[in-house]
Amino acid sequence: MLAGMSVPPTSNQVQQPAISVQGLEKSYQELRVLRGVDLDVARGSIFALLGSNGAGKTTVVRILSTLLKADAGTARVNGFDVAAQAAEVRESISLTGQFAAVDEILTGRENLVLVARLRHLEDPGAIADGLLKRFSLTEAGARRAATYSGGMRRRLDIAMSLIGNPPVIFLDEPTTGLDPEARIEVWQAVEELARGGTTVLLTTQYLEEAEQLADRIAILHQGRIIVDGTLAELKQLLPPAKVEYVEKQPSLEDVFFAVVGDAARDDK
Amino acid sequence: MRTYFFADTAVLTGRTMRHVTRSMDTIITTAITPIAMMLLFVYVFGGAIDTGSASYVNYMLPGILLITIASGISYTAFRLFNDIQGGIFERFQSMPIARSGVLWAHVLTSLAANLISLVLVFLVALLIGFRTGAGALAWLAVVGILVLFTLALTWLAVIPGLTAKSVEGASAFAYPLIFLPFISSAFVPTATMPGPVRAFAENQPVTSIVNTIRDLFARQPVGHDVWIALGWCVGILVVAYILATMSYRRRIS
Repeated sequence: MLAGMSVPPTSNQVQQPAISVQGLEKSYQELRVLRGVDLDVARGSIFALLGSNGAGKTTVVRILSTLLKADAGTARVNGFDVAAQAAEVRESISLTGQFAAVDEILTGRENLVLVARLRHLEDPGAIADGLLKRFSLTEAGARRAATYSGGMRRRLDIAMSLIGNPPVIFLDEPTTGLDPEARIEVWQAVEELARGGTTVLLTTQYLEEAEQLADRIAILHQGRIIVDGTLAELKQLLPPAKVEYVEKQPSLEDVFFAVVGDAARDDK
Repeated sequence: MRTYFFADTAVLTGRTMRHVTRSMDTIITTAITPIAMMLLFVYVFGGAIDTGSASYVNYMLPGILLITIASGISYTAFRLFNDIQGGIFERFQSMPIARSGVLWAHVLTSLAANLISLVLVFLVALLIGFRTGAGALAWLAVVGILVLFTLALTWLAVIPGLTAKSVEGASAFAYPLIFLPFISSAFVPTATMPGPVRAFAENQPVTSIVNTIRDLFARQPVGHDVWIALGWCVGILVVAYILATMSYRRRIS
């Protein structure tokens, strides 16, 4: 396929899940990181891959974004095979890795222009300005990304991933290392993405994050998906809830926002 | 993917060039050590060195230029290493771009940055009395050899840039390269050295390259040194390119 050719979803693809993984295996020498992962992600949904550190979440994302080859199993993204049609997969996706992949020496705006030009889009400047506005970075746009706070850097990172409107976006631990306010900013960005019809696969080790954002949650444990379902379905796995009366204590989060001001939360 | 190779490489080169122009200190640092060495040799040691040549700065400038390149390319390894550590490398690799463009951008930037440093060093050499009557063709040959040498060492620098585990590791490989001109004809005639050292000095790449550039500047016939120099440059370039490409494949597979 020629580069730059857009990838029109055929009627066939629309029926298919945006991401479809069967029997994915990957080992590093002796260490079997993935031992047969199966999952399907519906188009336009937010899917959370939940797991502790070292569970293999990043390995799954790296295979799906063509950065790593699987030892066994198949994976299709936007209808394309990640091994055989890597170029088409790359046309269809955007990856926001675990560490904010922004160029620190460039300004925020230059980072966006860079990605727009690499995606061969017209008027990269206008695209950059639009995204800066959308992610409340307009004022910071002329500053080097190195001067950004963790949350701003993440927002810039996610904004860079949106350029070219890829139908599938991978977010690998998007809020790790962020303070609570920045985390909420990122959550808002992710929710907005899904509203626009983008499929989002995010990995996280925070249960709260999965609960907050995801339409569907899968738990990756020791290289396998051990549970996969909606939040309601997952909750049914436990015995029915008991009714208890407990005096409601404010959570630390309530305290935090009461003290620092509710601005970040009001936006939500 | 071929269709966008040049466009993508140009965009990525623009990015890495900004890294250079926004930290001019790297160019200054690259140029300042060779300049200091040049001043040291010309004004301190030079008086005691008998090269049989009228002007010592004329004699040793070619060696200084090679040292400039050898210290300049360590920044290429450094920049590449930082890209890989920072995650921007993975972003590029997961995008629909010509993947080799990422490496070529670093190589072209290295070439440009080194040429700037070389010009700085050369200007200082002019100030302290370097003179050449070289014609256009000889100049073209000098620039050609320097470009070839820079490309060869740059591809060599790509290997630690891709494979190093630490920043120090990424740039440490340059030290022996910076040292190599000292055991060559760059600063003293090899005839003064004891047997084994002389044998090494006369048969390592720097001597033939230095001799060729020196002869070109002095409007002397270059003899067969030029072919040995070209052989070394092209040989290092080809081997380094193959090894770098292999490391790159391993990185992105």
